[in-house]
Amino acid sequence: MGRTLAEKVWDDHVVVEGKDGAPDLLYIDLHLVHEVTSPQAFDGLRQAGRPVRRPDLTIATEDHNTPTLAIDKPIADLTSRTQIETLRRNTAEFGVRLHPLGDAEQGIVHVVGPQLGLTMPGITVVCGDSHTSTHGAFGAMAFGIGTSEVEHVLATQTLPLKPFKTMAITVEGTLRPGVTAKDVILAVIAKIGTGGGQGYVLEYRGSAIRSLSMEGRMTICNMSIEAGARAGMVAPDQVTYDYLQGRPHAPTGPDWDEAVAYWDTLATDDDAVFDAEVFLDADELEPFVTWGTNPGQGVSLSDVVPAPESFDDPNEQAAATRALEYMDLEAGTPLKDVHVDAVFMGSCTNSRIEDLRAFASVVRGRTKAEGVRVMVVPGSARVRLEAEAEGLDRVFTDFGAEWRFAGCSMCLGMNPDQLSPGERCASTSNRNFEGRQGKGGRTHLVSPLVAAATAVRGTLSSPSDLEADAAPSTDDAVLAGGAR
Amino acid sequence: MQAFTTVTGVAAPLRRSNVDTDQIIPAQFLKRVTKTGFEDALFHGWRQDPDFVLNRPEYQGARVLVAGPDFGTGSSREHAVWALRDFGFDVVISARFGDIFRGNSGKQGLLAAAVAEEDVERIWAAIEAAPGTHATVDLVAQTATVADLTVPFEVDAYTKWRLVEGLDDIGLTLRDEAAITEFETRRAAWRPETLPVK
Repeated sequence: MGRTLAEKVWDDHVVVEGKDGAPDLLYIDLHLVHEVTSPQAFDGLRQAGRPVRRPDLTIATEDHNTPTLAIDKPIADLTSRTQIETLRRNTAEFGVRLHPLGDAEQGIVHVVGPQLGLTMPGITVVCGDSHTSTHGAFGAMAFGIGTSEVEHVLATQTLPLKPFKTMAITVEGTLRPGVTAKDVILAVIAKIGTGGGQGYVLEYRGSAIRSLSMEGRMTICNMSIEAGARAGMVAPDQVTYDYLQGRPHAPTGPDWDEAVAYWDTLATDDDAVFDAEVFLDADELEPFVTWGTNPGQGVSLSDVVPAPESFDDPNEQAAATRALEYMDLEAGTPLKDVHVDAVFMGSCTNSRIEDLRAFASVVRGRTKAEGVRVMVVPGSARVRLEAEAEGLDRVFTDFGAEWRFAGCSMCLGMNPDQLSPGERCASTSNRNFEGRQGKGGRTHLVSPLVAAATAVRGTLSSPSDLEADAAPSTDDAVLAGGAR
Repeated sequence: MQAFTTVTGVAAPLRRSNVDTDQIIPAQFLKRVTKTGFEDALFHGWRQDPDFVLNRPEYQGARVLVAGPDFGTGSSREHAVWALRDFGFDVVISARFGDIFRGNSGKQGLLAAAVAEEDVERIWAAIEAAPGTHATVDLVAQTATVADLTVPFEVDAYTKWRLVEGLDDIGLTLRDEAAITEFETRRAAWRPETLPVK
């Protein structure tokens, strides 16, 4: 019987096969490290007198705690500063490469890996961060781990793991204009639920996935964890190779040829069998938005806030009731009537150059809605430079947005960028949990295009609403006729 | 790690589904660089409410948390497990767990016991009929008992073995160090290396 992409990558990393219910011992090709989930792991090594086994397969950056303004000044929050300084001490002591705040390669760990060409098909990638699933966009097996596992990988470059089950998410058809990778993944999560992917690695397939750029594929794989999955993957193809080739750590010469020959064998065999399959019709999809406090609580932007009674499952009903209360929303309200206080364009889901270009394409030449705070935060210092070289920074600042330095920023309440209690935000990030963007903050997850249109109008909107605003309405025409 | 066989203690009913790790411990507490002392951070947002279950006098000193489905979803933060342990919990019972959370629990001696959804309802009812009642969780027999109700739970056999024996993962893996070294000699040249910096 044939094998799936996930099974092939897994099989090629088994150091010791697990027998009698024991897990396989899996080799890890690339370990990404950041300041939040590593201090206790380095401490553990120190206590046991163990070195980092493969510093040459390990790379660290600072992202979660870092401010996105005045980055040349000492970090004001003392505990944040201590955590950053601890990472600097640990990486120096154990010989791990670090890109600190201010470095040209600093940024969100899941933006930095692909950008450096370290993320590639057919490898295993781990990081003490659940959004490590992002790297699966290259056909890598990439998943988030806890701090004990971070220590385990630092010490042994392996992890004891049972193989994940496989689920095919097939998206066939053509996405309509204005519908993006973010809308696809929000629709997937709404369909299978936040627990639907538990125990699985998801493989995204079908013509709609194949037509996406690497940035789009990363957005989709990034949020696999929001469906409960361990990992998400897309089979490598020419799009992958074109993105990767020429990057600093991508293979070159004969190594490149050997790699491509191998990568070409990774796609799921025709006769492989998935443990589960889900189908989505790309033609049917519309821009998506979440209304609740978990990423599965989403609907089309043209829809209304659902009533808790509309859910069959009593747990979902209770969750919806709580969510509406927290979000201060009433069932039946059209999502497009919902006003926001802030728009956040950033995070490991949507902060790459293509995301910034998409946002800029909508806001160019426009002015932001009055009273709405708009933050644009590039995913890495490199993305920031690239955007500035294209003049996007001017587009953002002319629009009235704040143009920040790279980091996780307002995706999570660990740095100065936070919502105030009761503030409502359209956010291109990945989690709408209670308090995620700041205590009492209310989050609506959206695509960069919807974020941009929302920033223009001040209410949840899609770019097509802007076109409708610009076109003379029937009433105007009647008025004009009457005046003549 | 201490060996884990049977736990008996107050069981607290947490009637919420999708308890994500941001609720278990908000990000502001993740700035610490230590591995203990997180008891103040557990469910920090919800504990501001005096009526929150863990604030009620009858559930003080609880060791078994009984929660709705999809407990521990979201972020990979192991701090969620540390906070539950520091607060005094040895067991979390739920119909479904976030995968990373379940893995983290096993590393830290916290038992994530998966119980059928209808059994969670029955356990809640049994606890609420006599708040403050004790639960006994027997890992060897894989049963949870509250009053005269006993239900089975699922736990992965390998995790169970490690918990019952109190074994350390890294030590176990290093028994296979020769195999790791041998595997590394076969690693293809195209595979990524972070050093030297390019």
